[in-house]
Amino acid sequence: MLNYTLRRIAIAIPTLLILVAITFLLMEAAPGSPFATERGVPAAVLANLEAKYGLDRPLIQRMGIYIWNIVAHGDFGESYRLKDRTVNDLIAQGFPVTLVYGGIAFVVAVVVGVSLGVTAAVRQNTRLDYAAVGITIGAQVLPNFVMGPILILVFTLWLGWLPGGGWQGGQWQYIIMPVIALSTSYMASIARITRASMLETLNSNFIRTARAKGLPMRRVVMYHALKPALMPVLSYLGPAFVGMITGSVVVDLIFSTGGIGLFFVNAALARDYGLMLGLTVLLGALTVVFNLVVDLLYAWIDPRIRY
Amino acid sequence: MKMKHFFASSATALLLAATPLLAAGTHPETGEALSDNQTFTYRMMDQFPTIDPALNEEAEGHKVIRDIFEGLIIQDDQGNLIPGVATEWSSPDGNKTWVFKLRPEAKWSNGEPVTAQDFVYAWRRAADPDTASPYSWYVELSQIENAGAIVAGDADPETLGVKALDDHTLEVTLETPLPYFPAMTTYATFAPVPQKVVEEFGSEWTKPENIVSNGAYKLTELVPNEYNTRVKSDTYWNADETIIETVTGIVINDDNTALTRYKAGEMDYDEPLPAGQYPALLAEMPDQAHSVPRLCSYYYAINFRDSANPALSDVRVRKALSYAVDRDIIVDQVLKGGQTAAYNFAHEKTAGFEMPTIDYGTWTQADRDAKAKELMTEAGYGEGGEPLELKLIYNTSEAHKAIATVLAQMWKQKLGVNVTMENMEWQTYLEVRKEGNFDVARSAWCGDYNEASTFLDLVTTTHGSNDGKYSNARVDELMAASKTSMDPQAAYTEVEQILADEMAIIPIYHYSNAFLLSADIKGWPYDNVEQNWYSKDLYRVAE
Repeated sequence: MLNYTLRRIAIAIPTLLILVAITFLLMEAAPGSPFATERGVPAAVLANLEAKYGLDRPLIQRMGIYIWNIVAHGDFGESYRLKDRTVNDLIAQGFPVTLVYGGIAFVVAVVVGVSLGVTAAVRQNTRLDYAAVGITIGAQVLPNFVMGPILILVFTLWLGWLPGGGWQGGQWQYIIMPVIALSTSYMASIARITRASMLETLNSNFIRTARAKGLPMRRVVMYHALKPALMPVLSYLGPAFVGMITGSVVVDLIFSTGGIGLFFVNAALARDYGLMLGLTVLLGALTVVFNLVVDLLYAWIDPRIRY
Repeated sequence: MKMKHFFASSATALLLAATPLLAAGTHPETGEALSDNQTFTYRMMDQFPTIDPALNEEAEGHKVIRDIFEGLIIQDDQGNLIPGVATEWSSPDGNKTWVFKLRPEAKWSNGEPVTAQDFVYAWRRAADPDTASPYSWYVELSQIENAGAIVAGDADPETLGVKALDDHTLEVTLETPLPYFPAMTTYATFAPVPQKVVEEFGSEWTKPENIVSNGAYKLTELVPNEYNTRVKSDTYWNADETIIETVTGIVINDDNTALTRYKAGEMDYDEPLPAGQYPALLAEMPDQAHSVPRLCSYYYAINFRDSANPALSDVRVRKALSYAVDRDIIVDQVLKGGQTAAYNFAHEKTAGFEMPTIDYGTWTQADRDAKAKELMTEAGYGEGGEPLELKLIYNTSEAHKAIATVLAQMWKQKLGVNVTMENMEWQTYLEVRKEGNFDVARSAWCGDYNEASTFLDLVTTTHGSNDGKYSNARVDELMAASKTSMDPQAAYTEVEQILADEMAIIPIYHYSNAFLLSADIKGWPYDNVEQNWYSKDLYRVAE
């Protein structure tokens, strides 16, 4: 296990380097410049800007300097657009926000999703099942860019219960709507996967054996069926968790949360090379780490899996 | 519309004057009872990139800079120039040298006096290639001696034509006389910056914990993509007359979300409104919805390059395209925000600018359509002639898309022109437009300062944003001469006539600014066409 973990981490390093290289190449290939404006920038001004951000150097050299600064100083460089801030600064401000609402949304999605899925499977073809399936289908087809404004309309304008946006350091009333908007569709997917997988498990031989021994249903579900039934859910949860904590542009955009999702998209649109690279590396590293965590969890849940 | 608003606000004022005073104070000039809650919250469409005056290049950052830094000259609610840090200014030699007298009581937020040296430092810094300001061209545009050479790296920033004669006298030497130089100093680039603080903190000097500023407010909080807060500065020379205590800008990208939150009472000012919603909002909230002229012109650039469709080199085709555009449909049916149809380039409300009478603007649309068809046939295109295919580019936006669709439809129906519409995101669009890979391109221009040359310079041969590459020696000559002329109006009129005769661009409309403002916020500069509002002039009256 330890060996496997170390090997995976060793592979992660070249993976991230390749990611940086590809990002550099894509940025180079994308049309447009971070300094272009409607007014047109005079050549002398453009030259000054390119010199300041090192864009007058060859691509390989820029890449080398960039990687060296990260490795040696943990320095992701400067944002080309948000000129008063470094990329480290922006990540330090935006990532905790995303982590908090993404983390909570993840917990909510898992708890509600798994409960709904299990209930629906255990009570298959009852009204409860139909209701659960109905809710999950509804939640899945309602995209969060539609749900967000509706939540604001209802809870802010009509009921006046919650502020319509902002973060204010993460006070609870600012977290509720982002969490609902972000977790719903994940919750629906989790519920549907759980239900399908649970049904399959409940029909398997070892469950029949457990029932035949006379174990109560609750015990069968909790101690025998749940763990194997969660295997497919788990493989969904890895990417889902990364997706949630790496930011949602829709949530940031609608609720003005200040998370990194919006930074990422804005950076790409504005050709803010510095910020875009920094966030790509961060999100790449998170993806690598959480994929590893999921693989290790597999082994824990299913003893048949050996590394 | 404007008349209605004036009536409404004066009626409110009368009513308020008649009610007994409930709040702690009254307004020193109008006598209105003031609310205890002197806060002002406004919506920002996007996070501004910087509040460093030298680096700023856009409007959202400028709003903050106007509040926290004060330049030599500021604007009143009509857009007129009034004293900021400078109490008086004059040119002893016909607009080539300008001398500014600074008020001795002006102070930085750390208590130190604001001196002429602070301006010298700030202006040199803005031009210095090491600062790499994207707006350094503005210093060059203002004609200050040596600015161009400094920006290009050919001269030392110390050689900039600005010097402190003493602590409170600033002398500026220009390369060519410029009558509107004082107006140009109202922009952020020319605000003073505190040398010691800039040198101590480097690029982090504008962070709330480091910043020292000289305006009516000081920045206390700034969370990117979320909000910023500024509070009244006690060291500001006119703090006694500053009423609003706290100003908050909150970032809301989405127009519809912003509108919902405005209705929920979360802010006092919301702009821009969702496209086409202004009339409904005006009916719903007549005391809060406003539309005022804004110093920008919307037009379609025509590509004059050889690589573009050769038909466009025929003036008859260009005229036909322009005549066939029913501007009234665009402003009244599509935009519905108080914009006005345009047949010329410079905005009709530009200070000191007399709108020339453009012939085709006085015709009926039926006449224009008939003339368009006639010209098109003469040129050998359209019905019975060669088919004309045009490539139209625009950048991502609902309004741009709607206008492009309407144009393409009009050209197709009236002239038989087949238009290929290409939508691109902003940075790509800028590059494609710059490279000239289009036949007609959606464009707009907002005045850098309130004088017609800010528009009309754009159609001169060498202008950086003349992306259609229109070139006319007479226009170049007129615009060059207008710079030193005491009365440039004749030149402007002739340039506008040439633009219409040659149909160098297709003017579409002159902008307006449609917005919502809480009914209890007063002091708004509705008549400032640059929409430069200063929080220090606002106040909230008691309900």
